[in-house]
Amino acid sequence: MNKQVDSPKDKIIRSQHVKLGTKNKKDQTFTDVNTMFYDTEMTPNFLTGSEVIRAAIKIASVGTSVAYPITPQSEAAALIGELYSEGYLDEYFRGESEFAVMGQCAGASFAGHRVFTTTAGPGTLRAMENFPMWAGSRLPIQVCVTMRGINSPLSIQPDTLEAHFLLESGMLMWHAETAQDLFDFILKGFIVAEQPDVHLPIATMCDGFFVTHTKDTVLLPPDDICLTPYDPYKSPVPCMDMECPPVRMMRDPFIMKSNYISYMTHASWQQEIRAAMERSRKHTIPLLDGLIDTHDLDREILIVSSGTAVSQGREAIRLLEEEGIKVGLVKIKTIRPFPHEEVKEATKNAKHIFVPEFNMAGWLAREIKAIVPDNHRVVAGPHVAGGMTMPSEVIVEEIKKYLGMKVSSISNRGS
Amino acid sequence: MSKEKITLCEDLADIMPPEYHELVATATYGKEDRGWKDIGNSKELIEQHSLCAGCPESIAFRYILASLPNPEDTVFVGSTGCTSLVFPHVAVQNIHSLFGNQNAIASGLKRTLKCRFPDVEKDVVVLAGDGATVDIGLDMTMQSWFRQEKFTTICFDNELYANTGGQESGLMQKGFVAKMAPAGKTFDKVRLPEIAREAGCHYVALLTVSKPNRVERAIRNAVYIARELGPTYVQLYTPCILEIGKQSMEGLDEMKDAESIGGRFVMKEYMTDEAKKMIEDREAEEKAKRKAAKGKKPVSA
Ligand SMILES: Cc1ncc(C[n+]2csc(CCOP(=O)(O)OP(=O)(O)O)c2C)c(N)n1
Ligand code: SF4
Repeated sequence: MNKQVDSPKDKIIRSQHVKLGTKNKKDQTFTDVNTMFYDTEMTPNFLTGSEVIRAAIKIASVGTSVAYPITPQSEAAALIGELYSEGYLDEYFRGESEFAVMGQCAGASFAGHRVFTTTAGPGTLRAMENFPMWAGSRLPIQVCVTMRGINSPLSIQPDTLEAHFLLESGMLMWHAETAQDLFDFILKGFIVAEQPDVHLPIATMCDGFFVTHTKDTVLLPPDDICLTPYDPYKSPVPCMDMECPPVRMMRDPFIMKSNYISYMTHASWQQEIRAAMERSRKHTIPLLDGLIDTHDLDREILIVSSGTAVSQGREAIRLLEEEGIKVGLVKIKTIRPFPHEEVKEATKNAKHIFVPEFNMAGWLAREIKAIVPDNHRVVAGPHVAGGMTMPSEVIVEEIKKYLGMKVSSISNRGS
Repeated sequence: MSKEKITLCEDLADIMPPEYHELVATATYGKEDRGWKDIGNSKELIEQHSLCAGCPESIAFRYILASLPNPEDTVFVGSTGCTSLVFPHVAVQNIHSLFGNQNAIASGLKRTLKCRFPDVEKDVVVLAGDGATVDIGLDMTMQSWFRQEKFTTICFDNELYANTGGQESGLMQKGFVAKMAPAGKTFDKVRLPEIAREAGCHYVALLTVSKPNRVERAIRNAVYIARELGPTYVQLYTPCILEIGKQSMEGLDEMKDAESIGGRFVMKEYMTDEAKKMIEDREAEEKAKRKAAKGKKPVSA
């Protein structure tokens, strides 16, 4: 199952799906993900994030998508509906709530489809009970979370607090910085999540509006190729289609008794979900070119972050450089599994580790503090709450203030 | 799945439990005229149950499993409750998922099975308690009916939340004193059969499980009509003898009382004209087949 990749060029085990090389009803050729990304000419396109989601799903051989409107994912969900009416998906409909949608996605996945859905903010929290159920039932569903505020007063602005709630759901969590990341993560995400030794749901996350509603240049493969389909018979648990003999077994049985066997079953299943997540690393590292990206790790000051806070960090680094302050960067791509070793290694020489985040809780800073030695080095911030942007100047200010330098912001005036 | 897939791997046969050998040898997968009368002559698709002794849900399970027209191509969706303790013992694939989202699961499941097996009838049957169907899951129950999802919903109506210890439910009778209704329930039993009809179900039946032939007919009608036309709903009275203070032998009497004239569970059946025609045609066809089979002389003695 986990045999080494066939050719040194391959980043992940090559698909052996019977449909590989054949065409689907839209005349797209089923293509291995290695070929799609590393052996195909990419062309630049100027698109919004929502259009990028559409472009990815168009070539993702998705069976079912279920939709529900919530800003900022509504446009993407509707664009997937257009793809369905053009014949690119087998099934698409609007559910009655995010809780129901995630159940409908589960039903479709139990029955053997590749399933994609999108949600955001309050929708993510409404759906919450489903996510650990997906993981426990080993359903490799992909949910694209276009993160936004979740609190009251209601905000539709970008805010990554909802990711905090997903951390222990058992889902893989990949956080895109840009539209290009989002495109790549969606397609590669299916492939990693569906590996027989992983087979877990995946949340591909991006910061709402900043990624979904802005235009960016994205390199796309031609749309006359598409991913090889999901093979439900490679699942480590049986597909619920009555195509294999019905041993008295369900995929998600009740473990109700208060006895040792029940306890052990429960414990071993939880351990297995975590082990499956660990096993995803070996597929993800080559495919995403590492769980983190790094620049100038020899610097004493590092910005470590994920999502669009990384982009703001890049600009802050440029501004600081103009003043002679040298800062390096660590971009975290996968929140789950968390790149413990990579972050530890990358930050080992840093004196100060700044973690800018688009949320007030600072969950990423906590994750980092929990794993690096001498964690007084970690400065949780700056933070902004939903509804605010985080200008690079704010990061610059935070760093300079911390270093005891004079800053010229309005907030610093007065006595 | 064809019945032929339910076989034993020779190499492993000696370590398979005797119950599984029996299942392969004498279960009625693929038997055209299977029904409740097979109980006792064949291996049942339920091995045992973990319900209270004498709980009518257990006999309901047995009748339903014996009545499914094509268990070899049926997938069940359950929900949390007393029923979910039984499903691991059932020889038809089934999903537990969460409490109350059963009709959402079934919607995705049925649609995908239709896409993946366009030429095979894969039946989806939801089986959940009244708390799951009517209270926490009512939205998803009804929305699946509005959307005309092609599967059957069966509700085990025991008029309370049994699994959590006997709390008030929407299908409980008015005035009943229960946990969380300390002064008696203040509103009427929810009229889900009527709601089902208005919400677009093509077949609705309300009955007890005292008479196996009635249960068989209701289940077969519901499954056949769901295949062709759209959602169907069967509400079965399966009294929680534990919570209403009955002995294990008293479940049947309780059901008989409830279905006698003036009772809450006098049998009711509703079907659309289209559904009626479909069932009549099917019954005529089956009758003709039986007649033809009777006329045929056996080839050898
Ligand atoms: C979201 C959620 N809320 C509450 C529960 C607790 N719970 C488990 S079973 C149950 C009652 C089930 O009642 P019903 O559907 O009528 O089935 P019965 O046990 O009576 O057969 C409840 C409330 C739960 N499992 N999940
Ligand atoms: S608690 Fe009630 S419904 Fe549940 S198994 Fe016991 S008698 Fe049956």
